[in-house]
Order: sequence, then C-alpha cells, then structure tokens
Amino acid sequence: MTESRDVILQLRDLKTYFALRQGVFQRVTGFVKAVDGINLDIYRGEVLGLVGESGCGKTTLGKSILQLIRPTAGEITYHGADGTDGAVDMCCLSDAEMVAYRKKLQIVFQDPHSSLNPAFTIFGSLQDPLKKYGVKSKKERRKIIGDLLEAVNLQRDYMDRYPHEFSGGQRQRIGIARALSVEPELIVCDEAVSALDVSIQAQVLQLLMDLKKKRNLTYIFITHDLSVTEYICDRIAVMYLGRIVELAHTEDLYEHRLHPYTQALLSSIPVADLDRKTKRIVLEGDVPSPINPPSGCPFHPRCRFAKDICSTEVPALRKVVTGGKEHHVSCHLVDDTVTAA
Amino acid sequence: MANSALNRKFDRIRALEEAGELKPLTGSRALRKMMNNRLAMVGVVIFLIILLSAIFAPLLTAHSPTKIDLRSMLQSPSGEHWFGTDKTGRDVFARVLYGGRVSILVGLGSALLAALIGVGVGCYTGYKGGILDVIALRVSEIFMSFPQIILVLLLVSIAGQSLANLIVIFVLTGWGGMYRLARARMLSLREEEYVQALRSFGISTPMICYKHILPNALGPIMVNITLTTAMFILAEAGLSFLGLGVPLNIPTWGNILNVAKDLRVLQNNWWMWLPVGMVISLFVLSVNFIGDGLRDSTDPSQQG
Repeated sequence: MTESRDVILQLRDLKTYFALRQGVFQRVTGFVKAVDGINLDIYRGEVLGLVGESGCGKTTLGKSILQLIRPTAGEITYHGADGTDGAVDMCCLSDAEMVAYRKKLQIVFQDPHSSLNPAFTIFGSLQDPLKKYGVKSKKERRKIIGDLLEAVNLQRDYMDRYPHEFSGGQRQRIGIARALSVEPELIVCDEAVSALDVSIQAQVLQLLMDLKKKRNLTYIFITHDLSVTEYICDRIAVMYLGRIVELAHTEDLYEHRLHPYTQALLSSIPVADLDRKTKRIVLEGDVPSPINPPSGCPFHPRCRFAKDICSTEVPALRKVVTGGKEHHVSCHLVDDTVTAA
Repeated sequence: MANSALNRKFDRIRALEEAGELKPLTGSRALRKMMNNRLAMVGVVIFLIILLSAIFAPLLTAHSPTKIDLRSMLQSPSGEHWFGTDKTGRDVFARVLYGGRVSILVGLGSALLAALIGVGVGCYTGYKGGILDVIALRVSEIFMSFPQIILVLLLVSIAGQSLANLIVIFVLTGWGGMYRLARARMLSLREEEYVQALRSFGISTPMICYKHILPNALGPIMVNITLTTAMFILAEAGLSFLGLGVPLNIPTWGNILNVAKDLRVLQNNWWMWLPVGMVISLFVLSVNFIGDGLRDSTDPSQQG
C-alpha cells in the first residue's frame, strides 16, 4: 500500500512564522505562527488534500513548499524520481540553486482573474518560463504552448488572445497549462476550483484527474470544499491553526473521524438527502489567534471533549490503525472519542 | 431607417469578405487602437507640427530670432513679419519657432528624464520592499521637501544661468512624484497572483518588475508624464520671467511670453503674446491628448 510507494516530498517540522513589527524601530513584537511544525510525507502519484477553515495556514503551507514564502525552520526534502536526483532540502537552497527545482514543483492559483497578466497575451505570459528553461526559438515556444492549450481542452489559437477575453473556467485551465509548461512532478492546487461555479468545477477537476493520469503528476490539493476532497483525494490532511490534526486515507477519514475537529468539520458538509438527518456539530467561538495560540492542544478551547491534559500538553501526531489502514491523529483523547464518531 | 442602413453596411462588409479583400488584422493591437482614437491622433498631428516646425525653423523663416532691428519695432502682423515684431524689432514668428526648441527640450526632456529615474527606482524598490524601499522613500521625501525656487537660486548662484541647470533642477524636483506613483502602483500589483506564478518559475526580479508588472502600471504614469511636461513648460516660463531660467538672450516660449507683464503690451500689441500663448496651450493640450490615447491603447481590457 502507501508504505511501499516512494516519497516525493518530505516535510519535517516545517515552520513558517511572520514577524510582527511595531514602533519607530520596527521591533519584533511577536510572530504569526501560520505554519507551526508540520511533518508530512507526500507520495509520488497521490492526491493529498489539505483541508481546514480560513486562516489555518493551508495556503501558507502551499507557498512554503514552493519556497514562495521562505519557511522559518524545518526541512522540505525533495526526492527525485528513481532516486536519480538524490534528496535535497530545498529550505537551504539559495534562489539561484532553487531554480533547478522550480521545474519540479508548480502551483495553480485560486483567483482566475488575477492569475493571468492582463497586459500580455496568453503566449506572452507563458513564454518566459519556457525561455528560462531553455526553449530558444519562438516557433518552438509557440508549438509547445499550443500543445499545452490543447492538453487543457482549449484551442491552439487562443494563445494570441488576452486574458479578459476568457471566462473564469477557461482562465483556470490556462493557469493549469502554465503550471504544466515546465513539466513539473508535483502541482500545488491552491483552492484551484473554489472560485468557479459548480458545473465548471467538475470540468476542471476532471481535467486535473486526466492530466494526472497522462503525466504522472502528484497533487497537493488545498481546499475548504469538503465535497471536492472526497471526490478526488487519496489522502486528506486536516489542518488547524498551522498544524495537522488528522491525516488519513479519504474513505477512512470519512468513516472514522477521530479528531473532534474533523468530526465538526465533516459534519458541516451539506447532504442532498431530505430523509437523512445529520447532526451538525457547531463549534463555539472563533479560531484562536495564531499570534498567541492556546497552550497544549490548539483546539482545546473549542473542543467538546476537552480534559485537563489538553490545555497543558501538546498532543503529538500519533499513528493509530483503523479498518486496517494507517491513520494519524493528534489528540490525547482519541480512544475516548472513537466511539463517539 | 436605421435598420436598412445597418443592413447595407453588413452587405458591404460581406461583399468585401467574399471578394477576399478583408485582410486579417496585423501589427500591434495597441497601435491600431491608438490610430482609431481620433482625439489622440489630433494630438499627435498638432504635436508633430509644432515639433517639426521647431526643428526645421531655419527652413520656415528667413528671420533670425535674435537679430535686433530698431527700424521695425512693434509692427503688427504683416506679410513680412507673420506674427509682427517686438519692442526691439525681432521677428516674433521666428522667435516662437526657435523658442519651441528650447521649451520642448526643457519640458519634454525633463519630464521623460524624471520619469525614467522615478519609474526605474519606484518599480524596483516598490516590488522588492524592505530596507531598499524605505531608503528610496525617504530620499524622495527629502528631494520633494526642497522648494523648487530655492534650489534654482542655489544652483544659479553657484553654476550660473543655463539650460542644463534648469533641466537638472526639474529632474531633481520632479522625479519624486513619478517615483511615488510608480511605487504605489507596484505595491498593489505585486500582490497579484500572476506575479506569484512568475516567481514560482524562478523568473528574475528585474524581469518580473520591469517586463511583466510595469506595463500594467503604465497608464497613470503616461498621464503623469504629459501633465508634468505641461507643468515644466509653464515652470520654465515662470522661472525665465524671474530671470532665473534660461538666459533672456535665448528665445523660449516663456521668455517671449514675459513681455505680457507690461499692461501696455497686453492692451495694444496682442501679437506679441497671443500667438505664443496659443502655441503653448496647443502643445500642452496635444501632449495631454497623446497621453490619454496611450493610456487607453495600452490598456488591453478596453476595446478599441
């Protein structure tokens, strides 16, 4: 199963903090702990869903993986295919050294309206990365971009149009084509379908899945849309306040919701069935501030099962086995709550 | 009927299409849009007429702009002197033509130079942020807090009155505005996701900020360049009037216009200030039209 597959990316104790500065001398008065100690293995060829509510650090994690935001601490180790490229910790690389790995990792953005440069045609926007990675002749670049547009089900000659001439779904596909242009191995989809309406969402998701099969891609799928994750993800990591609270295979997670936060999150999925009455678990209060996270388990102030230990000790991400599969959860009370799930 | 007119137009287009005479659009889209903008083309025409007649002044008039002819003082316009003569008998038409050389050089030259510096600095530091941005911002504030007049006085008393000094002063006091404009645009544009995408490809910083982001910031910068040009031409006139600008023996539009400070000239000798005043207004107006046209034609989201 999963254990036998090879790892493409290894995150070890990854932390991305943003300094808060105040006063005349810009003294550092605190940190926003957007990503706070993440351990995660991403396997080649899988679709990993990252879910969680707004402000839990999903997007920051995605951008940290791509080194668009430099992580504060920790390791992101990239393993090349068949061990050919060896293992490299990207956090220690300079910008110049990073260039070689930029080719391997790409990102698709959320907002199709700001993800394409309005001043350039599609060809103009897409040709610079190709130039950078050694496609010298213009004719060749036109051919490659034409092929890419066809790969995302658009017409070749769309490359001479401007972004404002396209609909949201088309732009998003162009964004996907751009990410594919350097033939990456892993694509971070940062809320890639959230801004589209449902029928277009399905098209784009289908396209992403087709491309994955054809090009042997790995996706990290950042989203808050739980119906999407259920449809496409192999594994799901639930994030809360910069940490992973639960990590499991998709069906497994939906069947055995171990962490109280996951239970609350999954109970919020609307079901189109009038007879089925799901009990919604409504969380009290807001997400605590990532500047000053609660002591112990970050979820304890809102947890309905919270005990004394929860406010004093930080729970580690522990391995438990549910239904014969590996399942990670960080909760002191997991044995108590399994029955409640 | 409007409908039949529309039908006729459509038929005409279809006839052209069937005859194979409709060519696919070629060339730059921005240029096409500029050509279709009537006001901008009027601006270009006026601008070119004034510019070319200033450059080719010796071909257009036989008179020297500086030759004093005391026998023909204060003559009204005639076949010999198209715009008449001034108090010392110099031909006003020749002075307006030759004066255009200096005024356009000072106005447009300083504005372009100020834009080059201001946008060059603002674009990079605005995108990069951090300590570089803070330094550039403070430096621009220092420059902008100096009153122009004091700077001119200072430089004139040290280096003497000259054209080059005037341009230096205009650039020094003018780049701050351009810098702030460019920086402000960059601050908002750098957050766009296409910038993140370019960074994720490892495209270099100068390439991102000058090639990819700058075109999106160009609209307001163009307009500002035209406004600054107009402002500099007027400022040159003002400073020349105070005896601080271009030396009085060199004809400039400002120097010519300055005779209008005399009430008698204003009342009796209209030809000494009206033509040159109109040329200044027309030139400034044409530059403004061109600026507007450029902004519209480089904005791809506007159909032209």
